[in-house]
Amino acid sequence: MNHLVSISDYSKEEILDILRAAAGFEANPNRKTLDGKVVATLFFEPSTRTRLSFETAANRLGARVIGFSDAATTSSSKGESLHDTIQMVSNYADVIVMRHYLEGAARYASEVSRVPIVNAGDGANQHPSQTLLDLYSIQKTQGRLDNLQIYLIGDLKYGRTVHSLIQAMYHFKPTFHFIAPDELRMPDEYKLFCDKHGIQYTESRELEGNFNDADILYMTRVQKERFQDLVEYERVKDVYTLRYDMLESTKPNLRILHPLPRVNEIAYDVDKSEKAYYFQQAQNGLYVRQAIISKVLGL
Amino acid sequence: MEKELKVAALRNGTVIDHLPSNQVFKVVSILQLENCKNQITIGNNLDSKRMGTKGIVKISDRFLKEDEVNKIALIAPNAKINIIRNYEVVEKYALTLPDEIRDVVRCMNPKCITNNEPVGTRFHVITDGDQVLLKCHYCEREVLREKAKINNN
Repeated sequence: MNHLVSISDYSKEEILDILRAAAGFEANPNRKTLDGKVVATLFFEPSTRTRLSFETAANRLGARVIGFSDAATTSSSKGESLHDTIQMVSNYADVIVMRHYLEGAARYASEVSRVPIVNAGDGANQHPSQTLLDLYSIQKTQGRLDNLQIYLIGDLKYGRTVHSLIQAMYHFKPTFHFIAPDELRMPDEYKLFCDKHGIQYTESRELEGNFNDADILYMTRVQKERFQDLVEYERVKDVYTLRYDMLESTKPNLRILHPLPRVNEIAYDVDKSEKAYYFQQAQNGLYVRQAIISKVLGL
Repeated sequence: MEKELKVAALRNGTVIDHLPSNQVFKVVSILQLENCKNQITIGNNLDSKRMGTKGIVKISDRFLKEDEVNKIALIAPNAKINIIRNYEVVEKYALTLPDEIRDVVRCMNPKCITNNEPVGTRFHVITDGDQVLLKCHYCEREVLREKAKINNN
């Protein structure tokens, strides 16, 4: 059975297949290839973009959608195990899209489900559809995935999107630049991953004036709750804010990505720049998720 | 000579030899020997040319199960197992970790599904230079072998 649990489950060819299919859906998003199918979206943890874009993807393909967006209204609040919930829902639906607060929940679900599982985020672990839409956005804006200068900025310690992006981009010989405060530095295991796969990287604490050769700026949210010392948070929070004037000397092909929601790490004046791409990036999520649902169903 | 006699004195059973001295009592605990009624000999801080000092555990009429061997391999990767039948060493092997170990180690990540639902643990054994890492099959977190928490239910 085809599941999508972790980005590392997909080979380079499978990733490129998804990106090709997503381009097809972008050209023609309304198809009835899932007519008569039921897609279940089980969101044990809140989400706006991911759930809505998966549900829109299913609807645009002609499927019916069942599910929940708040586990408090389901039997899991009565103590039902994930095992039993998945067993039950796999009686009803043709594919299950799930987000869960526990890490490894999607992998486990894939072992007990009779229908394909698509991981829409499991705690701080994996969020492969986000990674694929990031890749799609990079390819679409740069015309290629190979040999790009990619700056990852902000919370590199806890941000699962940046970790998965490193794992996925290793197929394409990128150079990474990690810019983060000391508290939120890229964990050693991902730097070791880069070393092992011959991926070049630099590390820095400073954002300003540091990215003129960038092809992609991948911004992430610096979250207050990650800091033990709130004085330190106050010190760094604005250091990692991207402003319009900082884009002056950057390359014309530079595009700014952000998994959203943003708080204060991208000033609103950046939105007027043609280099701001985060809202189109979110839109790309729809096409990529159409491609993912189709792939796991073998269509 | 004396050492050989000690091993040969076992009629049937298992000898776990070349244990690091600081791991002997962990092995005792892993095998739950405190509850075992068989004859057991535990030696520690014995002279060893290779290790300086070593420990040895001999258990009569008991042959280790795969998960028990895997647990010992985690904490004493260079130990040797001797299987004794009718006073003869019929099998002797060095411990090795399999590619995957199940239900032996607990995941260190409190948010891992295996610590929150009735799910057996699975770890992939990854050798990285001199290091051996265990990667949780579910939450994908890695832990150094020597820091792995052994499940002793």
